[in-house]
Amino acid sequence: MNVRSQIAMVFHLDKCIGCHTCSIACKNIWTDRKGTEYMWWNNVETKPGTGYPTAWEDQEKYNGGWEVVDGKLRLRSQSKTKSVLNIFHHPNQPTIDDYYHPWTYDYQNLFNAPEGPDQPIARPISMITGQPVSIEAGPNWDDDLGGSPVYAENDPNLKGLSEEQRQQLSAVERLVFFYFPRICNHCLNPSCVAACPSGALYKRGEDGIVLVDQTRCRAWRACIAACPYKKVYFNWSTGKSEKCVLCYPRLESGQAPACFHSCVGRIRYLGVLLYDADRIEEVASMPAEELVEAQRSLVLDPNDPEVIAAARANGVHDSVIEAAQRSPVYKFVKIWKIALPPHIEYRTLPMLFYVPPMSPVMSNRGDHTVDSATDDLFSDIESARIPMKFLGNLFGAGHDGKVRYALRKQKAVRWYRRALTVGDVDMATVDRMLREADTTAEEAEAIYQLTSLCTFDERFVIPPMHREEALQMLDDPMEHKQAAGFGFIAAPKRGV
Amino acid sequence: MSNAFTLDTFLFAVAPYLAIGIFLLASIRGYRNRRFVFSSLSSQFLENRQHFWGLVPLHYGIIVVLLGHLVAFLIPREIIAWNSRPLRLYVLEVSALAFGILTVIGLTAAMMRRANVSTVRAVTTGRDRIILGMLLVQAVSGVGTAILYPWGSTWYAATAVPYLRSLLLLAPDVRAVALMPWLVKLHILTAFAIIGYAPFTRLVHVLVAPMPYLWRKPQMVRWYRRPEGALRAQ
Repeated sequence: MNVRSQIAMVFHLDKCIGCHTCSIACKNIWTDRKGTEYMWWNNVETKPGTGYPTAWEDQEKYNGGWEVVDGKLRLRSQSKTKSVLNIFHHPNQPTIDDYYHPWTYDYQNLFNAPEGPDQPIARPISMITGQPVSIEAGPNWDDDLGGSPVYAENDPNLKGLSEEQRQQLSAVERLVFFYFPRICNHCLNPSCVAACPSGALYKRGEDGIVLVDQTRCRAWRACIAACPYKKVYFNWSTGKSEKCVLCYPRLESGQAPACFHSCVGRIRYLGVLLYDADRIEEVASMPAEELVEAQRSLVLDPNDPEVIAAARANGVHDSVIEAAQRSPVYKFVKIWKIALPPHIEYRTLPMLFYVPPMSPVMSNRGDHTVDSATDDLFSDIESARIPMKFLGNLFGAGHDGKVRYALRKQKAVRWYRRALTVGDVDMATVDRMLREADTTAEEAEAIYQLTSLCTFDERFVIPPMHREEALQMLDDPMEHKQAAGFGFIAAPKRGV
Repeated sequence: MSNAFTLDTFLFAVAPYLAIGIFLLASIRGYRNRRFVFSSLSSQFLENRQHFWGLVPLHYGIIVVLLGHLVAFLIPREIIAWNSRPLRLYVLEVSALAFGILTVIGLTAAMMRRANVSTVRAVTTGRDRIILGMLLVQAVSGVGTAILYPWGSTWYAATAVPYLRSLLLLAPDVRAVALMPWLVKLHILTAFAIIGYAPFTRLVHVLVAPMPYLWRKPQMVRWYRRPEGALRAQ
């Protein structure tokens, strides 16, 4: 057992209101520089929808992630030989048109335009060339489906849905969508890292954050194609790849990442997971339908004395183990099993999990009313407006069992609380529901507490990162003693 | 001694060392102090289609041609022996010429792309233009030599190889080059000019071509609190 710690995340989609505050917080801190205008390390997509960059989930086009060939795990985008052959021109590289061409406006024209019969206008100006540009797409162009059926219809997750189900998704007055906020998943088996010819991408051993070493990146672009989530971006100005850094400078000083901190719906949770690094390859090679459960088995119980001893032996700090024991992510993922990884069939073992969203009931049967007299207490989950198959494609590698389990449990929690506070449901029904949803009153209470009444410190259990020790390993603290101080590298020696 | 001979001495016996000296000093200094700039500065992200038709022929052409020059320098005897049968000589000459022409085509396409695509033009610097111009002169003079003065794969062994070997042994002997046509002289001079200018351009990406990837394990993990060091493959 090779125990490592990982900072993992949960996004509770049932609480996301699609306000994009997270995206703006991230943008203002990290990607307001030249070359990064088009980048959204954090973005919020409308689902069903094509997302950003367009149709990123279509791996027939982008060839991202891993595949299992003859029982062996390998990158879809390249073999070692292909990495050499593709280095001059990468066939799966998205271009700026797959995102959008960044622009600003010629505001000066509003003030400087010569007098004339018409109002002056501010023309859109390309932020790359500085020339006038015609806008064809922009950030969140398909937000709330952008007033067009095109975006929802082209969602790759609609695979396997019947024609009727597809039409119901966008039918007038029954249209449905939910929000899907995305950041880098800081995967356990990152394909971007495995694809980088320079070895510039790496995973931090202590906390699992995946970073790009800017001095080692040589713009071979393999990471951009290899990441199936398209969360590595190319800075066209510096010629380097960039990606979400999980606000590690904030984490190292005990603050939550900016997108987590600013989240209005409080949908985000962050905490430590301990996992067995020796089993990564084995788990990532499992058959698709077993992947969700296999990934859960990779996560270790932080209260197990054996795990604690192995973690200590591997250099995991006691304070980190203690943080893992309080981790909200561990509860959602491992104990309650209601948080699921996105597209685990890409086999990168993402460390960002989603609680699937509940959706309104589809009221298109019979006389357009919902039949509530059924014996099945969970029938509205099966007939929800968002088809189970769709959520299964997104969160269950095409299998909806795990999604159904999570939704049933969420519904049981709702009815449990409804019985307690509203009182219009009898406890016997609720008990039956809890039982059928594989939960108990205590667990339902705990889920309710962490979902609805969670405080800042309950949502973000940030482990101490012990950077003071790390600095001592890298630099001699006495190196600059009696040196010249800020701004000087060489010691001020007497002489020429 | 005539003036021309003195000029040849400077151009072919002094300038090469200057170029190589600048190349070594500038690339080592650059790698140590400004490693961030060591990048291929790819613009594929801004324009994809023309990139393929320019950059692929350019790279395959230039790599095969350079390897040809290197092999002919290392094993001249074997090359001459190979060329002793006319058919084998034709095959070698024609394929060398083909890759040379491929280089010129790729280079021209890459230059047209830089000139015509507005987004790519926005990330093109003066140094890019200069080095592309130098490479074009080099490739065209090479193809011109191959056409005007055929059977180069044979006469290279008798002229260029002794000259280059003399440079390598630090006893420059310019007699063989001094008698060359001006086109060949231009080809040699531009080669050294490119070597001297390369460390100041995007050509530095050649120096950091990612060979270790071929035998590296897929995952990279860096530990900050472990004595065995900062970087290792998992």
